[in-house]
Amino acid sequence: MSQEHSELFPDVLPAEPEKVTLEGQNKFFGLWFFLGGETVLFASLFGTYLALKNSTAGGPSSDELFGLGLVFLMTMLLLVSSLTSVYAMYHMRNGDYKKMVLWLAITGLLGIGFLGAEIYEFAHYIIEYDFNFRSSAFGSGFFALVGFHGGHVLFGICWLTTLLIRNAKRGLNLYNAPKFNTFSLYWHFIDVVWVFIFTVVYLMGKVG
Amino acid sequence: MTDQVSNTSNKEKEAYKRQKSKEEMQKQLISFSLMIGFTLIAFAIVATDSVEKIYIIPILFLMAIVQAGFQFYYFMHLKDKGHEMPAVLIFGGVWAAFLTLAGLIVITWW
Repeated sequence: MSQEHSELFPDVLPAEPEKVTLEGQNKFFGLWFFLGGETVLFASLFGTYLALKNSTAGGPSSDELFGLGLVFLMTMLLLVSSLTSVYAMYHMRNGDYKKMVLWLAITGLLGIGFLGAEIYEFAHYIIEYDFNFRSSAFGSGFFALVGFHGGHVLFGICWLTTLLIRNAKRGLNLYNAPKFNTFSLYWHFIDVVWVFIFTVVYLMGKVG
Repeated sequence: MTDQVSNTSNKEKEAYKRQKSKEEMQKQLISFSLMIGFTLIAFAIVATDSVEKIYIIPILFLMAIVQAGFQFYYFMHLKDKGHEMPAVLIFGGVWAAFLTLAGLIVITWW
């Protein structure tokens, strides 16, 4: 094994294993760059939704459609999954690979729970209310915004699953620590977007 | 002898590191409970219809921004050293987001 390669596997991991290597620093910077762009992307979807919100074309309005119970459950699932990924990063910084994997797995399961609830919600609107992407401008705005967020959750789950499978036998080192940290930052951002979705779409939609 | 010295200093470093991340974890737990609190208040306000309509939307929006702040500064460590560039990138994104939202909302105001 070359000298350069063995440096990635120290006996004791440093305090911030995700930012020691140049690769790690680049991943960290690159993800924040990406998140800056995502902010603008979601802002345009939010703006579109708000602009089209009252164009219901005779279909159900946001007040008639939304129920707070399921949205509350989804909010709690995603908020708790944000905390579990904080726990995972806490164990990563202490060099405890097994506990990190455990908390990341819990994060993934909570994400799957969230996605299940969202699919149920969408199916409910489409089947019971005949409210879909094409039924009104409100429908297009709603499904584009909330669906795009759901797509991000799905992508996050696939990303996490791949990371966990690929690194199952590697343990924690300076090569894969940045990968886990990058995922965790992405996951927090997904929760930030959801905070605005439950506020702007559901709660404000209930108020009118 | 030198080995022993480096061993103890390594242990001390490790203990210090763990202490630091423990303190960090406590801060994050406090942020989390505050976020849960804000979420509960937001849902309660809307579910019970207890606040006047014109105040509800600004209150909800303010609480969402505070929650997002907790996520960014505590969960994503934006408050830590070496996060100047991430802050520039995110606030650049927020600025463009503000313009986009303002534009789309203003043209559909009436």
